[in-house]
Amino acid sequence: MKILVAVKRVIDYNVQIRVKDDNSGIVTENVKMSTNPPDDNAIEEAVKIKEAGKATEIVAITIGDDKAQETVRKALAVGADRGIHVKADGIIEPLAVSKILKAVVEKEKPDLVFMGKQAIDDDCNQTGQMLAALLNWPQATFASKIEIKDKSLEVTREVDEGLETIEVNVPAIVTCDLRLNEPRYASLPNIMKAKKKPLDQMSATDLGIDTKPRIEQIKVEEPPKRKAGIKVANVAELVNKLKNEAKVI
Amino acid sequence: MSVLLIAEHNNKELKPFTLNVINAAKQIDEDTHVLLIGHNADSVAKQISEVSGVKKIIHVDNAIYENYVAENFVPVILKNAESYTHIVSAANTFGKNLMPRVAANLDTSQISDIIKVISNDTFLRPIYAGNAFATVKSNDPKKCITVRPTSFDPAPSTGGSAEIVKGEASEEYSLTKFIKKEEIKSDRPELGTARIVISGGRGLQSGENFKLITAVADKLNAAIGASRAAVDAGYITNDHQVGQTGKVVVPDLYIAVGISGAIQHLAGMKESKVIVAINKDGEAPIFSVADYGLEADLFEALPQFLEELNKLNTIQK
Repeated sequence: MKILVAVKRVIDYNVQIRVKDDNSGIVTENVKMSTNPPDDNAIEEAVKIKEAGKATEIVAITIGDDKAQETVRKALAVGADRGIHVKADGIIEPLAVSKILKAVVEKEKPDLVFMGKQAIDDDCNQTGQMLAALLNWPQATFASKIEIKDKSLEVTREVDEGLETIEVNVPAIVTCDLRLNEPRYASLPNIMKAKKKPLDQMSATDLGIDTKPRIEQIKVEEPPKRKAGIKVANVAELVNKLKNEAKVI
Repeated sequence: MSVLLIAEHNNKELKPFTLNVINAAKQIDEDTHVLLIGHNADSVAKQISEVSGVKKIIHVDNAIYENYVAENFVPVILKNAESYTHIVSAANTFGKNLMPRVAANLDTSQISDIIKVISNDTFLRPIYAGNAFATVKSNDPKKCITVRPTSFDPAPSTGGSAEIVKGEASEEYSLTKFIKKEEIKSDRPELGTARIVISGGRGLQSGENFKLITAVADKLNAAIGASRAAVDAGYITNDHQVGQTGKVVVPDLYIAVGISGAIQHLAGMKESKVIVAINKDGEAPIFSVADYGLEADLFEALPQFLEELNKLNTIQK
């Protein structure tokens, strides 16, 4: 089985983001970037499947500017066999991303495509489902457990009411939840080795995909701030405030 | 111009959040129609027909829609989409799974998780875990939108008298099979709609200790939430998770116990009307959003809290 894993470079999850003064977007200069967290789970799962002898090759792909390559290199350092970097600048909406991935899937012919369920920057939660639509493949979204069967996967999905189990035939798209596994760290020797692994470069234009945004971002603002609260001295004061001041109990 | 809304239900009852989405849909355009896909869900059709403001219901009934599988629902939605300018559903695990598959088929760039309707093509949505709000305008002829239910009031469940028309089923998608759903039943109010939520974090130290949270929840008739750390540690099941990748809650009162307040957790609760934080670390970021902060050991504070509540003559339900 061959697995394609899509990874995205985003502002690190620990960074407190800042809105640009002209309200045109978020400050990304001199800000720590890293792999979108659930994409790390996607890579980890692919590597585990390969280690279990159920996958033969893992290809990591990212779409973005030159620096996005770092994200593929990191995937190579934790166990992907080769990388693809599709160069594209500016905001690439999930619809365009899924069209690029479709073009790559048609060339690479993977049996499975893994990615995180949601990117923590735009919080869209769309790409996997859109790719599944364009390929007319099954989609197993928000996966917290994957069991490989002969020609199918049994996937446990995290849904609002609890857990749901579905079976999808291969080829399929899986979007990964943070609870799917515990992503490993890349060791220094593996980071060195990853530098020698093959990394193909191409552009969205090479693939014939128009990445022009369809959605106009009119402005980006800071959300309204909560007014500062107070510290109470003890539980009795807390209950008194809730009862008589906030009047919520 | 008209809106097609995809109803979420369990073939017996409409999921309450659909009412909030109906309200958002009405703000986009008064001509709001509801597509109900299910099996033996006549009672749901009737329920929707009574919702104020719904103009028409398209009811598609077939055994293949007994369980919700996006791959089966999408062809039905596409078949009905033609005469509509907007297709909307809730931004919960139902709509999140479904809508992008619709949008890509229509070659539309979806707008996810709107919290405000500015006009019929312009919407407000949170990005970066709610640390920024983006105003976005869709230039696609057909717009696919998911709505954050807690940002809109529910539409009145009575007063309407919409006509119900039968729609056609589509062919079954054979490559995906529903196996089972493990639904956690509880007598408590639902997390998404509860007036009071009390959440526990890693500070609880074990699943067993969540009984301290449960006792207070019982007293206040509150729903129980949790941080991702508590769910990851196995203290409580995933359906309780509040945050960027869990549920978004906007109760009148949110009590965070032993939760440090990572931005990903704040994303799911910081719009709550009143926030209480109980944490022994006075520097914990949760205090920056709390209206009332109590710096204390939760293992002492929670039993005292219950005791103080017991002293009250009345508690709002």
